Amino acid sequence: MNEPLYITQWSIIRKEGVIRNEKVELNNEIFTNFATFLKSLYKKEEISYPKFYKMDNLSKLGFLGAEMLLKENSFFDRYKKEEIGIVIMNSSSSLDTDLAYFETIKDKTNYFPSPSVFVYTLPNILIGEICIRHKINGENAFLVSESFDPELMIRSVSLVMGTGHAQACLCGWVEVLGENFESLLFLIEKEKNRMEYQPSGGYSPFNNESLIQFYQNK
Amino acid sequence: MGNRIIWKMKRPVYIAGDNIVTSLGMTTAEVMDKVESGFTGFQIHHDPSLAQTPLPLSMVNAAFLSAKFHEILLVLHPEMHAEQFTRLEKMLIVSIQDAIYSKNAEFTGKNTLLIVSTTKGNIDLLGEDKKTFTDPGRIYLWKMAEVIGSFFGFAERPLVVSNACISGVLALSMASRMIEAGLYDHVIVSGGDILSEFVISGFLSFQALSPEPCKPFDIKRNGLSLGEGCGTILLSSEFKKNIPIRISGSSMSNDANHISGPSKTGEELAMAILHALNEAEMKPADVDFVSAHGTATPYNDEMESKALGIAGLQSVPVNSFKGYWGHTLGAAGVVESIATIRSMEKNLLIRSAGFDESGVPVPVNVIRENTLSPVQNSLKIASGFGGCNAAIVFRKLD
Repeated sequence: MNEPLYITQWSIIRKEGVIRNEKVELNNEIFTNFATFLKSLYKKEEISYPKFYKMDNLSKLGFLGAEMLLKENSFFDRYKKEEIGIVIMNSSSSLDTDLAYFETIKDKTNYFPSPSVFVYTLPNILIGEICIRHKINGENAFLVSESFDPELMIRSVSLVMGTGHAQACLCGWVEVLGENFESLLFLIEKEKNRMEYQPSGGYSPFNNESLIQFYQNK
Repeated sequence: MGNRIIWKMKRPVYIAGDNIVTSLGMTTAEVMDKVESGFTGFQIHHDPSLAQTPLPLSMVNAAFLSAKFHEILLVLHPEMHAEQFTRLEKMLIVSIQDAIYSKNAEFTGKNTLLIVSTTKGNIDLLGEDKKTFTDPGRIYLWKMAEVIGSFFGFAERPLVVSNACISGVLALSMASRMIEAGLYDHVIVSGGDILSEFVISGFLSFQALSPEPCKPFDIKRNGLSLGEGCGTILLSSEFKKNIPIRISGSSMSNDANHISGPSKTGEELAMAILHALNEAEMKPADVDFVSAHGTATPYNDEMESKALGIAGLQSVPVNSFKGYWGHTLGAAGVVESIATIRSMEKNLLIRSAGFDESGVPVPVNVIRENTLSPVQNSLKIASGFGGCNAAIVFRKLD
C-alpha cells in the first residue's frame, strides 16, 4: 500500500515545442496555429485513427499526449486493462467547446445545436477517448483546479493506486482555451516493476520536486 | 502533507450530515417526506428561454431559494448582496449551510475539505450580458468553488470534480478515501447543477429527453427528464448521527466503448460494483437495496440491468430516484446517495416512480410499492458520457 511511485514516461506538448522523455520531438518553428499544430503532431507520430478528426481540441491534445506515451510501449504487457487508472486535470474544464456550442444556440434564427459538439462539453470525454483507443477499463477522474497543482495530482493518483484499484496510472494536466494550450502527461508505476523493466523515461520519483521540474521544462 | 500518502489503518468514514435541494423542497426531510408520500417534482414548462418545445422539468422554486439564501446571508454575511451570487452558488450555499448547520466553526480548519461536484457550473453566465454580473470569471468551475469556500471561511482550497454523470459518486469516493487515508477529518461533498438552455438544447439534440416524466426501467420508457438541484453530504471520521452509516467501499471503471453510449454488455459497471463490494468485504447477497442510475433512456437502463445481473444483484430491490426529481447531472450521485441513506435510516424501500411494467432485458427487482424492510447495506451506482461508471457501498452499523 505504501510503495513509492515513479514517473516512467512523460510527454510535454506546448507551443514552444514537444518533448517525450527528454527528447525534443517538435520545436516551435513549425507553429502557426493550434489546429495546424495538432495535425502536424498527429502526422509526425504516424498515428492512423480517423476518430481523431471528430474530437474537440481538448481531446485531440490529450489524445496526442497519451499516444506519445502509450504507442509501442510494453506498458500494456505488464498490466491488465482494468488495472490502469487515468486522472487528468485542467483549469478551463471544457470551456473551449462550451463557447463553440453556445454559438450554435445563441441566435434563434440560426439555431443548430449538434450532439457531436455537445458531447465534448464534458471534460472527461478526453479520458473516454483515451480509454476507447487503448481499451483501458480502470478508474477515471477529471478534476478542475486554477493552475497546475502537483500536490493535488500526487494525492489523487496515490488515492487510486494506494487503495489497490490501480497498479499504474496515466495522469497529468491538459488545458485548452482558444489558442492557449498545454499538455503534460505522465505514466506512474510502482516500485515493484523497477527490477523487471527499464523504461525510456527513466525512474523519476513521483513527487512535487519532479513535477515542478517537468512543468518548468520550457 | 508530504509527497506520499502514508496509509496506516483505513479510518472509518461516517455520514455526519446531509441536505437535498430540489423542486420538492429545501431540506432532506422536506424532499423525502414528499417522495415517501408519492409526490414527484415535474412540471411541464413552456418557457422559450429554456427550450423550444414544452418539456417536463424539475426546477428549484426561485422564491424559496431566494428566501433561504437571504436568511443565510443575514447571519453569515450581512455586508454582502444576493445579486453578487449566481443561482447555482445560492443553491450550493443553502445546501451546504443546512448540511453543516450551526457547526460552521468546526469546519474552518485545515482538517476539512470542500469537494464540489458539477458538470456545467455557472454555465448560465455564457448567456448573460457580462456587465450585469460583477465577476464573469465564475464561469471557471474552480472560481465558483472558491467563492463558495470563502463564503464559509474554509481554510483549504476546494476541489472540483467534473466527470459527467458520475461526478457525485466519484466525489464521494474520493472524499471517503481521503478520510480513510488520514488526509482530512471532515470532507463536505456538495454536488449541484442548474437547468439552462445550454444543457436542455444539448440533450434535445441527442433526442434523449422524454416528452413526459421519465419512466426508469419501464417498457414504455422514452428518455430522461432533466432536473436541477444540489445535494451535500458531510463525511467525517467521527460518528455524529443517531444511526451510524459508513461508506465502506467504492470503485470506478470505464467502458472503453463509446463516448456517448453505454457498454453493450454492462461488464464494466459490474466490475466497478464487484470491486466496491470487495472493498466493503461484502458479497452480492449482503446488499439489501440498489439505488440505480436509472435515467430511463432505453440504452442506459438496459445496460444497468445487465450489469446488475452479472454482479449477482438481479433479485435485490432496486429503484431509480430520477422518477421523482429527474436527472440532476452533477448533483445526481450526491442527492441519490442521500435518498439511499434515508432509506437505510427508515428501513424503507421506496417505490421507483414511473415504473409499471419491466422493459429491460435482465428482469431486475424494481420496487413497486413503498415497503418497510430491513435495509442494512446499500449500493449506489452511476454511469455517464465518456463511458464512466461508479459504485459506492453504504453500511449501517448495528
